[in-house]
Amino acid sequence: MIKYIIKRFFMMIATIFVIATLTFFLMHSIPGSPLESDRTTNPQIQANLEKFYHLDDPLPIQYVNYLKSIVTFDFGPSIKKPNDSVNSLIERGFPISFELGMVSILVAVISGLILGTLAALKHNGIIDYLAMTIAVVGISIPNFILATLLIQVFAGSLGWLPAATWSGPSYMILPTLALATGPMAIIARLTRSSMLEVLTQDYIKMAKAKGLKPFRVIFRHAMRNALMPIVTIMGTMLAGILTGTFIIERVFAIPGMGKYFVESISNRDYPVIMGTTVFYSAFLVFMLFLVDIVYGLLDPRIKLHNKEGESS
Amino acid sequence: MTNITRQNPEDDWFKPLSKDKASAEKVVRPSLSYMADAWRRLRKNKLAMMGLFFLVALMLMAVVVPWISPYSVTSTDYKNQNLAPSLSNWFGTDEAGRDVFVRTWYGARISLFVGIVAALIDCVIGIIYGGIAGYKGGKVDMVMMRIVEVLYGIPNLLVVILLMVVMGPSLTTIIIAIALTGWVGMARIVRGQVLQIKNYEFVTASKSFGAKSSRIIRKNLLPNTMGPIIVQITLTVPSAIFTEAFLSFLGLGVSVPFASWGVMANDALPVILSGDWWRLFFPALFISLTMFAFNVLGDGLQDALDPKLRG
Repeated sequence: MIKYIIKRFFMMIATIFVIATLTFFLMHSIPGSPLESDRTTNPQIQANLEKFYHLDDPLPIQYVNYLKSIVTFDFGPSIKKPNDSVNSLIERGFPISFELGMVSILVAVISGLILGTLAALKHNGIIDYLAMTIAVVGISIPNFILATLLIQVFAGSLGWLPAATWSGPSYMILPTLALATGPMAIIARLTRSSMLEVLTQDYIKMAKAKGLKPFRVIFRHAMRNALMPIVTIMGTMLAGILTGTFIIERVFAIPGMGKYFVESISNRDYPVIMGTTVFYSAFLVFMLFLVDIVYGLLDPRIKLHNKEGESS
Repeated sequence: MTNITRQNPEDDWFKPLSKDKASAEKVVRPSLSYMADAWRRLRKNKLAMMGLFFLVALMLMAVVVPWISPYSVTSTDYKNQNLAPSLSNWFGTDEAGRDVFVRTWYGARISLFVGIVAALIDCVIGIIYGGIAGYKGGKVDMVMMRIVEVLYGIPNLLVVILLMVVMGPSLTTIIIAIALTGWVGMARIVRGQVLQIKNYEFVTASKSFGAKSSRIIRKNLLPNTMGPIIVQITLTVPSAIFTEAFLSFLGLGVSVPFASWGVMANDALPVILSGDWWRLFFPALFISLTMFAFNVLGDGLQDALDPKLRG
């Protein structure tokens, strides 16, 4: 198990390194200096500015400094917002994005599990068809489309909920719904199929024969095993939800990380683009790492597999 | 031990059939090729067939409508801004007086084009990479798969956004960005399949007849990985369409006079609270229907192409 964790850990470091390098060279392959828009400034100011942002150093030195800045977690100043450093933008935006993302994941997992389990228990019944219809529809509607439709209906026509910004629990309902529906649909489908499989197993019959209450059979015996496939896709799902917050934040005008990221793209604010990309991907890769470890703890086959010294 | 008394079966229960050589050799059912059988099973899946029908109709309409319509996709008409759907403008008009109906079908062109071309490029890169890794095995496979594992952890959407910033928004760069990040999944699937199939007897037989590697890959390995590859393509296309819409929605997609569903949805964003519902509704409807159709078709193909379920 420890070997497995160490392997995963190095994989994570490698991935972050690749992302950081990729980001750096991609941003530096754009012709022209990021300061070019300030054409009116005289050459001396221009040179001073370049010195301030270390843009006059040769590329390899910039690269090394950049890697250092990632390790020490200091992404430097923003170019277009002189009063802000990239760090302060992250500090301001990330907690909001994190909250939105985590609440959405919780909503998605809980409602997906309930929907999927109900569908499996009433196999081929009305609830099953209803749940699977919701699931297929949920998978088919992109989150940003759903977000705009939700605004149009609940904030526009009905006027029940606020359409934008972020200043209280009622502001969270629509963005959370928009983000959670897709993953919920995927979880519901997976839960249904793995539940159906598990429910035919002998140990479930055994548990029922012992006279256990159906509730206990489902939650203590069936659910545990049915959860495995869901843990497997948890990683990609997390990535989906967290990058999804970018676009949802834009639609709902929520002042999270996504807002600063999108802004920095349209402003060509390179330090912010690089900083937020690296920070966000590092966070995602770390979450994937955690999911892998949880998976390793839950699935005894991984422990056995590694004892044989085989890798895959 | 209790004695079980058996009743003798009636004698005529087990009469041997008359031996007739001709009827014994007769083929009862025509032998079906893999694809014909898959098609037979796919046809039974109503939902998947609906999806297929919708997609074929969508492609036809996408080609025909912008071609024969009296309205043009790009030309503006400021006398007819933001008209509600009517007999002359079936889906209404947008803020520059452009006909939403024509733009929706033109958007279908862009979305389908991006989706299909990106999926095909993914497919080619993935097959070559995964095929080599799986076929060579050993050290080569290990190194190649480590690279894939590292790449697999990278959040695709972020890299795509970054690539779009660097290359500038256009149709070609969208396709390049999606293809560059999307081949990893396909490579993993092809590699897994090849690894499994290359140990089967018929491959050994081919080898023992002196077949070259290229022949084995073309004739033995590829046809047998076709099923999972086709399924993967039907799942890559909608995700590419989603990515295109996502990028256009962020303002990184095709530029404004031209239409894609994402661009149209983005343009509709400022007016959704003012009651001009048709601006958002039609592109949203068509993105969702297309994703739905590809998803159910993919599900259906997955069942139909699975040789284990072959009836």
